[in-house]
Amino acid sequence: MSGSAEDVRKHIATYKKIAGALAVGTVVTVLASYLDVAISLAITIALIIATIKGSLVANYFMHLGEERSAWLKLTLGLTAVFWLALMFLPIFTLSDHTGVAKTLPNATAPVEHEAEAH
Amino acid sequence: MEIPYTVQARPDTGLNNVKLGIWLFLASEVMLFGGLFSAYVLLRMGAVEWPLGAEFLNIPIGTVNTAILIASSVTMVMAFASLKLGDFAKYKGYMLATVLLPVLFLCIKAYEYYEKVSHDHLPSHSTFLAIYWTMTALHGLHIVGGIVVNSYFWGPGSKMWHTKPAMFENRVEAAGLYWHFVDLVWIFLFPVLYLL
Repeated sequence: MSGSAEDVRKHIATYKKIAGALAVGTVVTVLASYLDVAISLAITIALIIATIKGSLVANYFMHLGEERSAWLKLTLGLTAVFWLALMFLPIFTLSDHTGVAKTLPNATAPVEHEAEAH
Repeated sequence: MEIPYTVQARPDTGLNNVKLGIWLFLASEVMLFGGLFSAYVLLRMGAVEWPLGAEFLNIPIGTVNTAILIASSVTMVMAFASLKLGDFAKYKGYMLATVLLPVLFLCIKAYEYYEKVSHDHLPSHSTFLAIYWTMTALHGLHIVGGIVVNSYFWGPGSKMWHTKPAMFENRVEAAGLYWHFVDLVWIFLFPVLYLL
């Protein structure tokens, strides 16, 4: 945050608006959870609202939008990459079937050529 | 010995060391909670059945706690802004609110935990409750840490304002960054555990 009193007062006005937006976001999150929709859609809606609220906190309360340091951007960029990798890890894990015993769809079919031989 | 770059930005990083240090710490915290969120996704995707949070958890109580944490984030940023305006009395008031609001959060959380224990909803009961206890308890520990730090800056630590105001502002800003992060984690924890 820059130093002049006028700037700080502008920031305070913004903080009040953000506080209102976060309160509305919380109410919307709860109301959206009562919607009769598929669980995948419910998860998507809830995470979108949470991401918007989180972005408001990071941008305005943590002043991330005002930071110009390349070192900070690099640090947070790397953090975001590894965080995404962590989030995708379960999906890769569950979609990996290498080494898992698998039954072929025709495994129980009668073996015709053996029947013909007898 | 004077420690350099506690107030002025370092020419190479463009940040003072206080801010760089707290951001590096927060990056490690993102990975800590990220690991647990990843575990949550893995457990949920791998489970044959997964309960709705409302089956075990009280949504109104969780909503009130969310509002309390958001309010404490607002008072924290207002405390910092008050310092920037040179209004120490307002700073003390806002900082006191920033200390007391999370105490209320913890009291409500303690009531929730008491309810869980009395209904035998312990971590051993189910995978859902295991991850619920783990994530909320870790978050609770972070709340306790924040209360301790913010109490110090409200009480004995605030004397620095009269001798080194710029350095004190930086310390409060760093404490604020940590506190907003704790709020941010709860913003994701609440829907993930209580609502889905």
